Amino acid sequence: MQQIAWVTTLILMSSIAAVFVWVAWSTRFTADYGPIVDKAYAFRRVLFGALLTVSAVATAGTIGRLPYAHAANDAGVQVVTAIGYQWHWDLGATEVKAGRPVEFRVTAADVTHGFAIYDADLKLVTQTQAMPGYTNILQHTFDRPGIYKILCLEYCGLAHHGMSAELTVSG
Amino acid sequence: MGQEKILLEHTPAARKVLAAYLAVSGTVLLLMMTLGLLMRLAQGSLVSLPADRFYESLTVHGTGMVGVAGMGGAAILWYFLGRHVRLNVPVLAINLVAFIVGAALILGAAFIGGFAAGWTFLFPLPANSLGQWSEHAAAMHLSGLLLIGTGFLLFHLDTGRAILSKYGSLARALGWPYLFGRSDETPPAVIVASTMVLIVNTLGLVSGATVLAISLVNLYLPGFAIDPLLAKNLIYFFGHVFINITIYMAIIAAYELLPLYTNRPWKVNRPFLVAWTAATVLVLVAYPHHLLMDFNMPRWLLLVGQISSYISGLPILVVTGYGALMIVFRSGMRWTTTTALIMVGVFGWSSGVIPAIIDATIMVNTVMHNTLWVPGHFHTYLLLGQIALVLAFMAHFSQGADWSKVRLNAWGFWLFLIGGLALTQSFLYSGKQGVPRRFAEYLPDWVGGAQVGALAALMVVTGTGVLFAAYLLKLPRVMRAS
Repeated sequence: MQQIAWVTTLILMSSIAAVFVWVAWSTRFTADYGPIVDKAYAFRRVLFGALLTVSAVATAGTIGRLPYAHAANDAGVQVVTAIGYQWHWDLGATEVKAGRPVEFRVTAADVTHGFAIYDADLKLVTQTQAMPGYTNILQHTFDRPGIYKILCLEYCGLAHHGMSAELTVSG
Repeated sequence: MGQEKILLEHTPAARKVLAAYLAVSGTVLLLMMTLGLLMRLAQGSLVSLPADRFYESLTVHGTGMVGVAGMGGAAILWYFLGRHVRLNVPVLAINLVAFIVGAALILGAAFIGGFAAGWTFLFPLPANSLGQWSEHAAAMHLSGLLLIGTGFLLFHLDTGRAILSKYGSLARALGWPYLFGRSDETPPAVIVASTMVLIVNTLGLVSGATVLAISLVNLYLPGFAIDPLLAKNLIYFFGHVFINITIYMAIIAAYELLPLYTNRPWKVNRPFLVAWTAATVLVLVAYPHHLLMDFNMPRWLLLVGQISSYISGLPILVVTGYGALMIVFRSGMRWTTTTALIMVGVFGWSSGVIPAIIDATIMVNTVMHNTLWVPGHFHTYLLLGQIALVLAFMAHFSQGADWSKVRLNAWGFWLFLIGGLALTQSFLYSGKQGVPRRFAEYLPDWVGGAQVGALAALMVVTGTGVLFAAYLLKLPRVMRAS
């Protein structure tokens, strides 16, 4: 996901940059503005339609894959409670099985924290916020066994960066 | 080159206050940039910075940069709007004084009182520091913010009074009679933009003042509390609106100065008016994209956050970005510091939209939220966008009558541009790698990106310093001439 986002961003930003460089280079020349405006307005309608279409397709392609979930009552789901404190995590379990859904019930005891799961390669796998007075349900199925890190991704005070825990995912 | 179309000439007093706005903005900008550089150096293990000092710097950097963007944008808006309607110079000055006093309070709260709850001051963190700061330090910071917000509210109320006294209604100032075929006349671009800014930022400031006041009382009366999710909505509505509005204020420089330097008109037509009316709504409704990881938010509101973020990019790309390219294309425009920075500003805004929209996609946000991807996209449209436009205006303002004869400040410009590109790309790359934002200490895997970022930040600070020094050096002569 991150790779796709980055490559897409690079391609689109580079394209915009290329157009700006081209236009900057064109100022070495002069031309009547009237014909430029006529052509540019016609192309703008095409561009607008194309961007609107891309936006609609991107929305349709992503809107069905939302991370929001309700608490499951399925016996096969592994439930882990997670409570954020300044500056540590209190996890209801520190070991879960790979290949079976895990339901994290995430909240905070004092201030808002961010509950983020990183794999052994420090790749961000998924996350939700941990807010006092609310329980966020985060469902995830781990594909690979290993030691995962829980980090806080919402700034919560002096030792925010040190607020971590480990979760073992066994095969 | 054409002459500037001036309907009302600025008085010497107004020019002095505007000059002071830019001088204060430039000074605070350099100070905040230096703090940013210091944080990247610390994250790159190149200097030692204790965690408390890091987070105090983070708080001041975030808050201060938003304030600088606001002051720079306000100077641009006032300068061009003031040629069409009669604005009040004392109100302009009051906003400046409120900013200076507020900034002093914020600096004192952080570096004397140890306050470090971030610009977001997420409830109830200001009152829960576990001994890092006192409630008085928190009160000092929140009061400073409240004072700055009050100054801006007065500023907008004055622009609203002036616009309404000439155009009669906000709808007319937005060009709706022309849009709906009831008139053949359009208001100037600056009137349309200033009206949008007035509507949107007034709502944002009221939201911010509400949550600031509640947070202030809560410091001394803990029983007087607010729901944390409601508070977060109010804070992000305020923050999202305010920072966006700084760009919408600054872009007025492109609308007004590109016609001057290209000798071509920036026509206010139907697409332009539709875009600004759409932006008025879209900026307000897009704020939930900051709360996509708050799973208890109403789902429809989060979907509105994603969809409106997608749509809000269209007016920026198709009207403003495209319009700037169109007016410059084969125009023979000379490259001065002003024109070069305006084009960088428009590029920064247009291209920064891309990673921002991608991050507003809920399924992407799940693995990007609160990583360095976020400062990656907002530094693109703020540093390379908004700040570039403010620096462009500074260069134009300090030229006085010689605006058409000056040359490009090459050292300042290229250091700023190359450093800015490298800084933003290093943020985006680190974000893609999952590196968290707002971390005082990094794991060894993350240090390399911060070192690249530190070098880039050094270039940005140096380039900005060169550009700002040129402004200060030219200013006395221009002020005497005025």
